[in-house]
Amino acid sequence: MKLLSYFRGEAFQRGVHPPSCKLTASTKIRRLPFPPKVIVPLSQHIGKVPRAIVKVGQEVVRGEPIARTDDWLSVPHHAPVTGVVEFIGLRPGVRGPWVESIVIRAYPAATQEDLWGQPRDLAAASGGDILQAIWDTGMVGLGGAAFPTHAKLTVPKQAKVHTLVVNGCECEPYLTCDHRVMVEQADDMIVGTRYAMRATGAVRAIVGIEDNKPDALAAVRAAISRAGAVPEGEIHAELVPTKYPQGSEKMLIMALFGIEIPAGGLPVSLGMVVNNVGTLAALGKLLPAGRGLTERVVTITGPGVAKPGDYIVPLGTPLRFVLDYAGAPGADARQVILGGPMMGQAAASLDVPITKGMSGVLVLLGDALDRNERLKTYPCIKCSECVESCPMGLNPSQLGMLAAKREYDLMGSHYHLGECFECGCCTYVCPSNIPLVQQFRVAKQILREKAIAK
Amino acid sequence: MTIEIRSAPHIKGERTVEQIMRHVVWSLMPICLFYVYQYGLSALASLVVVTASCLATERFFVRQGGQSGDIGDFSAVITGLLLALSIPPGFPLWMGAVAGFVAIALGKALFGGIGFNVFNPALVGRAFVQAAFPQAIASYTPSFLPGRFSEMIPSSMAIPLMQPAGIVEWLKAKQFDALAGATPLAKWKFDGILVNADELLTSLSGHMAVGPSPALILLCGAYLAFRRFMDWRIPTAILGSAGLTAWLLFALSPDRFPNPFFMLFSGGLILGAIYMATDMATSPVTPKGMWVYGALIGLLTVIIRYYSGLPEGVMYAILLGNAATPLIEKITQPTPFGKSALAVLGRARKGASYPLHPGYISREDAGAVTPKKRFLSNKPKMQERDKES
Repeated sequence: MKLLSYFRGEAFQRGVHPPSCKLTASTKIRRLPFPPKVIVPLSQHIGKVPRAIVKVGQEVVRGEPIARTDDWLSVPHHAPVTGVVEFIGLRPGVRGPWVESIVIRAYPAATQEDLWGQPRDLAAASGGDILQAIWDTGMVGLGGAAFPTHAKLTVPKQAKVHTLVVNGCECEPYLTCDHRVMVEQADDMIVGTRYAMRATGAVRAIVGIEDNKPDALAAVRAAISRAGAVPEGEIHAELVPTKYPQGSEKMLIMALFGIEIPAGGLPVSLGMVVNNVGTLAALGKLLPAGRGLTERVVTITGPGVAKPGDYIVPLGTPLRFVLDYAGAPGADARQVILGGPMMGQAAASLDVPITKGMSGVLVLLGDALDRNERLKTYPCIKCSECVESCPMGLNPSQLGMLAAKREYDLMGSHYHLGECFECGCCTYVCPSNIPLVQQFRVAKQILREKAIAK
Repeated sequence: MTIEIRSAPHIKGERTVEQIMRHVVWSLMPICLFYVYQYGLSALASLVVVTASCLATERFFVRQGGQSGDIGDFSAVITGLLLALSIPPGFPLWMGAVAGFVAIALGKALFGGIGFNVFNPALVGRAFVQAAFPQAIASYTPSFLPGRFSEMIPSSMAIPLMQPAGIVEWLKAKQFDALAGATPLAKWKFDGILVNADELLTSLSGHMAVGPSPALILLCGAYLAFRRFMDWRIPTAILGSAGLTAWLLFALSPDRFPNPFFMLFSGGLILGAIYMATDMATSPVTPKGMWVYGALIGLLTVIIRYYSGLPEGVMYAILLGNAATPLIEKITQPTPFGKSALAVLGRARKGASYPLHPGYISREDAGAVTPKKRFLSNKPKMQERDKES
């Protein structure tokens, strides 16, 4: 009941409470073995595609750069395994179409240690030096959006940043990789936070953690007190209410500061930069050693996985290898989702690799999906569930009816379609089983294409 | 092995249309049982016949017209039960069947079935029979008559297309005067007799010609609202606005107008506010619109009751509210996140965990508009803040 939400003091209005299903919240992070072959797609992030700087047949060591570009909105890639480059060309991509990839065959006898690195002394480095160092690690947002981190931490000339918000919400059901990183790698995360504060010039960092992860809060607070007074400024950790989509940066800032980011604006317009805890923990480890991003923590979970858990997976590991290791039973008709169940993408093939922005692999069994298949679709009965759960305050009911009539221009001009960030709350709650957010994706794509055509 | 591809979200909430409708039907059950207890066999027959007529019509049009929905979604059951509860218990059964047919055929199927109807189907059916059979719909019988479980009210069994048997004679035989069959609202309107509000609330005392107890309806409605199968805003707005209007008029001239509690608990206002005006398809989808819609219905109800020739106004008030719904929705679209007045002014909401800017940042450094700084007592202390304030 939304009235109860008000009395509970939930910070942003609306949103939903899907069952959390965090099966792996108390299992330690484990390491996945190295696969015989890794596939590194050249485009794993938002921005320009870097080009390969290795040749077929060339030997690479783990951590060595294999693709780079001078374009600012892009990141280099590093070899995830020691081995030999076997193939450069098209391979199945996460989004469906085949994409340019580098395939590296791992040497079975290699120790797979990080052999490449340019340790730097960053103790006295300026903000610009740190940004350059971050760029060299090939870091992108590990929360899912995969936006290049150095670009995110770069403050535009006319703006000033005073606060770094560290996003430890992880509001998607099933996923626990950020949770485990906060519990086990809190010190690395604080180190990364300090670098990010120096890069942006922020004097305050606030870690926002959903209140279903009290152990993460305790671990982060302990790490803050271990770090003591840091010259960069103050670091706090704060609980925010558990609610989907609390992990969206606009919602998190609303929860912490009680302010709405003006429509169309970025957090930087309020002097804030938001970063994911996993990103900062990885930065804390990689930056002092001057290494590249070659692995990440991925939650492998779902009813179809025998050994669910958070695994350190070398980037480029094929999904098939990951699932075989985690024990996903074969024969059953099933769905493999990359990311969380609310916003994740269904994998089209098991040959696609783990990429930088992939926070989870969720395996759903047939019987879990059968109920959704059996649901009948009704016309909109205007129950207003979607209106009361849209975190952006849109009217999905009206938008859905317009989408059915293909009135895309009207949706964009009068009903604020552009504000929709596709969290899926409307489809989740719709009792008529109308594919609302799916229609909005189509509508947004059509509007984008129209805008480009003009 | 095959893997399937779907578009996110991959999980789905529990709620379905069938579930909502089923819960509304369950919550109507105590009300129906009480109604049968009040009026006996005739009430039971009326409930069954009207609901069956609605279901048969729904089945026919769904099959013929290829509309979505079916009798399995329970929406036609709700229409039937509400329609039966809103007509007199002694209403001729064949007329009840006509009302049920009209409710679904003209009120729902004509517009395209579930979700597309503009007016509440039960009220469309009732409005039709009110116009077609004005005498029958005005002849109420007293409740708790002796022998109500062994004989029907004679008018119930009227032969189709014939005048129903008069109930005045039948009531006389039971030692009731003609006035006993008038509803409290009609008694007040035409004879100036006022019933106490507490008697109306329970419907238990005497042989009043009233519908099911408003207290019971409120209870069932509270259950629905608590489980969120019904929006609490609409009944609150209707009862609030009707009560306020009635209270204002009562304060102006207590001799001319009854007290506001009589207004609230008499007639079909409670049933209409809780079960009929809240019909999802015909009420606004926007939260702000629900308040406007409810307020409009409450106001119209009181105006029709006081200033028109009719004793009861809930039905027309709701139908008018239904008609105004698209317009209300148009002017009450929700404000998107980041476009509210607070966001435009750059002001923070009360009770936030942290101030927008660290206390020691100067206004120039902040670069953006500086909101009023708000601090909570348990938050990290900053010395500059104390100096400022």
